[in-house]
Amino acid sequence: MRAVVTVVGKDMVGILSKVSGICAQNKMNVIEVSQTILQDMFCMIMLVETAEGANFAAFSDEIKAEGEKLGLVIHAMHEDVFNSMHRI
Amino acid sequence: MINTGDILETIGMIQNEHLDIRTITMGISLLDCCSGDIDVSCTKIYDKITRLASKLVKTGEDIEKEYGIPIINKRISVTPIAMILASSGGDPVKYALTLEKASREVGVNFIGGYSALVQKGFAQGDEALIRSIPEALSRTDHICSSVNIGSTKTGINMDAVKLMGNVIKNTAYATEDRDCIGAAKLVVFCNAPDDNPFMAGAFHGAGEADCVINVGVSGPGVVRSALSKIPDANITEVADMVKKTAFKITRMGQLVANEASKRLNVPFGIVDLSLAPTPAVGDSVAYILEEMGLEQCGAHGTTACLALLNDAVKKGGVMASSHVGGLSGAFIPVSEDAGMINAARSGCLTIEKLEAMTAVCSVGLDMIVVPGDVTPEIISAIIADEAAIGMINSKTTAVRLIPAIGKNVGDELNFGGLLGSGPVMRVNTASPEKFISRGGRIPAPIQSLKN
Repeated sequence: MRAVVTVVGKDMVGILSKVSGICAQNKMNVIEVSQTILQDMFCMIMLVETAEGANFAAFSDEIKAEGEKLGLVIHAMHEDVFNSMHRI
Repeated sequence: MINTGDILETIGMIQNEHLDIRTITMGISLLDCCSGDIDVSCTKIYDKITRLASKLVKTGEDIEKEYGIPIINKRISVTPIAMILASSGGDPVKYALTLEKASREVGVNFIGGYSALVQKGFAQGDEALIRSIPEALSRTDHICSSVNIGSTKTGINMDAVKLMGNVIKNTAYATEDRDCIGAAKLVVFCNAPDDNPFMAGAFHGAGEADCVINVGVSGPGVVRSALSKIPDANITEVADMVKKTAFKITRMGQLVANEASKRLNVPFGIVDLSLAPTPAVGDSVAYILEEMGLEQCGAHGTTACLALLNDAVKKGGVMASSHVGGLSGAFIPVSEDAGMINAARSGCLTIEKLEAMTAVCSVGLDMIVVPGDVTPEIISAIIADEAAIGMINSKTTAVRLIPAIGKNVGDELNFGGLLGSGPVMRVNTASPEKFISRGGRIPAPIQSLKN
């Protein structure tokens, strides 16, 4: 499956490295990354794909918890949510 | 890759605007559990529910994690128990206790279907079940009960209307020590839908498949937020914005319904595309109406705004789902909606205005706390009025009143959780006693003769 990971919060050193590190540990392959600064807020969107043996639920919990530790809001959602909501 | 704006919009809906799937409801037919012996029936019911719904809660939680969408409730609806009681006889409360035990075993939030359909008359078992409702609801925590007392096709059973006034009052008495919460789990319908996933009125109709998955969406906060971005738009644009938003919300409901149906290996029934408020600030239908330009919900203009909202929600949602059903529209439960609670407290929103609103909303007089000394006849008359609106307009209407025993206007009841809290509202006390005591049936209206 493919999932979208969003990271929103105050910009700081090493966000990309931390988030992609957790992706790697959980066997999530990062396919695409885009990042912007929206009204002083750092905003990164990653498209990831689960590799063999990956546990998406555990990854989702871990990355959310890491976000809370860093003061960032991190969400991981199945790609289908966006496809069904925004495409006919 | 998906458009960044779309991604952030979806995240914002979930994080800031309380977008969620309100319920995944598994409908289970109990018709094959009928037996001449009530204990055998109870055993079969327990076994069937715990077998079919054993993975319901876990599956809901898995989908929630994987898709990142909050799924608030996992529920079960069953065949109206009065139908099972018709063949078994015995003490109907045994069924309530069996359903309670099964709901605890599978871990669902509510189980609906302690119900009777008496729109034209009482069949075997119906009256016994209705009279047992106060005891059943006071001895259980997860059971929801409903009684259908009228329909466009049959007219209104005024004997049942009379009976329900007493049953609601007695249910409140029976749960007096718990803020009369029993009455919050009892709803009286006209034109009850067979596939409604929302409580307290959910039951699994006789024409339904053996087991189905129905999903109820939510999202008043999302609609309000969308409208707040077009403060000066005209009403045509407002209606368009509601439609577009309802489409997106419903698409998510359809996605979850498909996924749940696939994982549980149970056919998909319907998506109920309702705007269901919660007491959380920002998740209110009243605030949508106020966003349209009313000082407070209940002001003149409220019925027009609600009519627009209800219609636009259906138009937007219907294309987003393969099967739409249930109640579908905008709910206006007073105690479950922060904006309604405020409007009722300030006196701007009255029961009379709410009655007018029910002619254009998706259900009826919902979660309204009334003084404890309101007579059963007045409650029956409120039911009759509401059923008449449903019967003539070919729509579902319902009454869920909570008589606050020992309390009066100015006091409040607090149910906690999604049921919220509500101020005791003033009720017109002129007596309808003679009318209610007549009994009989209001004949089916001319609209019923469509053949």
